[in-house]
Amino acid sequence: MISLNGIQITFNPRTALEKTALNNVSLTIPEGQFVTVIGSNGAGKSTLLNVLSGEIRSDFGTVKIGDLDVTPWNTARRAKLVARVFQNPLMGSCADLTIEENLALAAKRGMPRMMKSALNKSFRSYCQTQLASLGLGLETRLGDRMGLLSGGQRQAVSLLMCTLASNQILLLDEHTAALDPKTAEYVMKLTDRMVRDRKLTTLMVTHSMKQALVWGDRTIMLHEGQIIFDLSGEARSKLTVSDLLQQFEQLQGNQVSDDALLLG
Amino acid sequence: MNIVAFSGALELGFLYGLVALGVYLSFRVLDFPDLTVDGSFPLGAAVGAALIIKGIPPLIATGLAAGAGAIAGLCTATLNVKFKILNLLASILTMIALYSINLRIMGRPNLPLLNQPTVFQPINNFMQSWPEPIPTFGNTILLATIALITKLILDWFLQSEIGLAMRATGANPAMARSQGISTSAMVMLGMAIANGLAAFAGALFAQLNGGADVGMGIGTIIFGLAAVIGGETLFSRLSIVQATIGAIVGSILYRIVIAIALQADVLGIQSQDLNLVTAVLVTIALVLPNKLRIKH
Ligand SMILES: Nc1ncnc2c1ncn2[C@@H]1O[C@H](COP(=O)(O)OP(=O)(O)OP(=O)(O)O)[C@@H](O)[C@H]1O
Ligand SMILES: [Mg+2]
Repeated sequence: MISLNGIQITFNPRTALEKTALNNVSLTIPEGQFVTVIGSNGAGKSTLLNVLSGEIRSDFGTVKIGDLDVTPWNTARRAKLVARVFQNPLMGSCADLTIEENLALAAKRGMPRMMKSALNKSFRSYCQTQLASLGLGLETRLGDRMGLLSGGQRQAVSLLMCTLASNQILLLDEHTAALDPKTAEYVMKLTDRMVRDRKLTTLMVTHSMKQALVWGDRTIMLHEGQIIFDLSGEARSKLTVSDLLQQFEQLQGNQVSDDALLLG
Repeated sequence: MNIVAFSGALELGFLYGLVALGVYLSFRVLDFPDLTVDGSFPLGAAVGAALIIKGIPPLIATGLAAGAGAIAGLCTATLNVKFKILNLLASILTMIALYSINLRIMGRPNLPLLNQPTVFQPINNFMQSWPEPIPTFGNTILLATIALITKLILDWFLQSEIGLAMRATGANPAMARSQGISTSAMVMLGMAIANGLAAFAGALFAQLNGGADVGMGIGTIIFGLAAVIGGETLFSRLSIVQATIGAIVGSILYRIVIAIALQADVLGIQSQDLNLVTAVLVTIALVLPNKLRIKH
């Protein structure tokens, strides 16, 4: 379960650059629910995920994960509860480390790290099976530097890295945006399977209206730092992509020029 | 170059190879430009020399000197991670403070170690009766062994779970945090090891050269960096194992080049020009790889 209460995030307070990214946001997500998050650029979606991961601390309000009040916890401490894929494909892994070293880092997420060798034969073969499940042919490239992979490949590996250690919540920030349509579809299926199998409470940010409605149990829309729209159940299943687009148009007060982009 | 000058260059090469391993850890692994070593190298020399004069066995004195260096590294790391002082500035602050501390430890600007026991004595005594030129290389053999063992330990450490966490901390701190790594703790640990190594080398230097001097730390960081960067040019794709051996080989090559330059009297270079020559060499090593890469 996730529960956010009265979250207020202001960047550069009391300066000319002051920017309220989240304005008194409260949100409760029951255990195992898969929530898709939409909203225009700068609406505060990534900030919302950063508040949950601990990367940004709220000036006001509380953050709870499960029964734990994690408000004062830093990112490292929350890592045993939270796994995430960053919006930027370069952020989720270390370019100078090999694929297997990145996986070894992720396999110990939120756990004590020891003075023992990070890699061994059995872990390598485990990596191979896991990478093979991505279907991108990466299982033969364990020793390659992560920086040699394409953005999409890195993002897929980042998702895989979320599955190697236990967690309660999963944060996905446009994790398929850098993927080609076929791989995106594949990674979405993988995501869904993972979320269902492990009963993860999930927030997935996306700019694809279709993705937002097809996947998950609930959709919220952020606008200027507020949740302006929160649908689940029947109301959500009746919703169409064009309904959502209309919402966007109303908010922005002008036609969304490139429907195709959003329909993607 | 005669054999004595050659063995001297090798001695310094392996000795500063230890500093280079530390600099590799701070500069390359942690991405922390650390000038503390200019203070922790003489700190190690001062602590080592002062303790030996007090009658402490050289081996223990050297170990304690390394510990003192580790504490200096922790100071810099604390200034940076706890008080959010820019890393370079934090290291300069510690370096400046160490200048006074080193004077206090020594009680005067230099502390000779005349007729005192050193860690080098046993091996030199042991090899005394061996045919030349082996005895000339007694110190070299000991220093080479120390440097290579240190390299192997560092290699192993950097491939351990904690070492991997440290590399992630330097390469991508946000990712490291999201994996549950305490980046502050990693910076502290890495800086302690790096400066511990520098002070260790300083203590050995004092015993090798017959004393500690408050000015002996000037340029330590540049010698270390010259070795690391020089070593990097030896390999195209750099693994940990290659980078650490590169640092040691780089350090040796650097010392040999310097020794040749001084001996051959080319361009009239004298020992006071050493720092200028080093600065030019490091600049070339920094610029050249980029230039070459652009051309390809
Ligand atoms: N570190 C920061 N410093 C200052 N302003 C920031 C910072 N991070 C985000 N912002 C601002 O906060 C607002 C919300 O940003 P956020 O990244 O959450 O948007 P988003 O909804 O994820 O947008 P996008 O769809 O483009 O990724 C934006 O106006 C942004 O400029
Ligand atoms: Mg975003």
